[in-house]
Amino acid sequence: MSREKTDFWVGLFVLLGAAAVVFLALKAGNLSSFSFGSRYTLTANFDNIGGLKVRAPVKSAGVTVGRVSGIAFDDQTFQAVVSLDIEQPYAFPADSSAKILTSGLLGEQYIGIEPGGDDKNFAQGDKIRYTQSAVVLENLISQFLYGMADKQGGAAPPAAGPEPQPAAP
Amino acid sequence: MTGAARAVAALGAALRGRIASLGDFTRFFGRLLARSGIALSRPRLVSQQVHFIGNYSLLIVAVSGMFVGFVLGLQGYYTLNRYGSEDALGLLVALSLTRELGPVVTALLFAGRAGTSLTAEIGLMKAGEQLAAMEVMAVDPLRRVLAPRFWGGVIAMPILAAVFSMVGILGGWFVGVRMIGVDAGSFWSQMQSGVDVWNDVFNGIVKSVVFGVAVTLIALYEGWQARPTPEGVARATTRTVVAGSLSVLGLDFLLTALMFGN
Repeated sequence: MSREKTDFWVGLFVLLGAAAVVFLALKAGNLSSFSFGSRYTLTANFDNIGGLKVRAPVKSAGVTVGRVSGIAFDDQTFQAVVSLDIEQPYAFPADSSAKILTSGLLGEQYIGIEPGGDDKNFAQGDKIRYTQSAVVLENLISQFLYGMADKQGGAAPPAAGPEPQPAAP
Repeated sequence: MTGAARAVAALGAALRGRIASLGDFTRFFGRLLARSGIALSRPRLVSQQVHFIGNYSLLIVAVSGMFVGFVLGLQGYYTLNRYGSEDALGLLVALSLTRELGPVVTALLFAGRAGTSLTAEIGLMKAGEQLAAMEVMAVDPLRRVLAPRFWGGVIAMPILAAVFSMVGILGGWFVGVRMIGVDAGSFWSQMQSGVDVWNDVFNGIVKSVVFGVAVTLIALYEGWQARPTPEGVARATTRTVVAGSLSVLGLDFLLTALMFGN
């Protein structure tokens, strides 16, 4: 095979490899959701972050406006300190609130920002004061069960009289 | 008494031989690296080897990748369907391919397809006294023959692994979305939200580079050390496949523990 032909095929081979890497990064991976624009950092304290992870999206009105950049534990207040990287063009009033939400029933958790009505906007390093923790399924179920038990406990005695009560869960 | 002593001596000799060959192998690697300047001064020698090692392995790698992707699509759907989460099929296919199957299966195929041909080529050059003739002409065979083959293999292997993963994902897409009818949007979006470029794709590429170094080096070493007889070359070729495959699997465990261990 002549030199030029070999070179051509080798070049094609390398191009194919580059195309495969780009495919893996963009189509299969999440490189397309990286943004290289400037951003500012906010922090928020939560009582319970549930299953929130670093790099989880920060959304407002369903649109991704940033990412969770760090999660730490504050042993003075016993709260989770979450830092959020918000992309630069997006600004939120300084009394906006942050909630931990779940996409779908069992999907990944993300932070939703509900805009407030303040004239001033958040600046670099500000803290979101109004936060709402993640909904933990176990707590929800136990609340529901205790609510049921209370209701039954309130209604049962007059009707059932001295009969032995079934053990409450 | 003497029989027992002889047995102990044989054990000691076997161990000493193992350690000595490990040292030989490491020194061979060092000498090869020291003579790798030729890859920069005469890049055409390397590109010829990329052509020989890479382009000719492309077909078997792409076809294997396609079938591995098909099977992952079918089997993954079968399992995920039990939990009603067949939307995660794309994530399962992409993660298995980029993290494990792409680099490992490609390296095993690479040992069989390219490693054997390297060993046989070097071994026959040695048997035909071509390497000795080069030395007589003051041409260093390590520099002129082995170093370009080494770098050709190291360059070709990650490219082949990336092609394998890409074709495998497309194969999984074909079976999952086209044949079974998983929703195309959730197939791709779950994949994109779950596959991290650094943790998964980049680490997979690092793995494939390490496997490329290991397999190519073993193939060249076995050819270089082969006894210059037809039987010696045959044995060396067999050893290339066995040692290459085993070291790929062992290294894969080590690398996985290091990269994804926490």
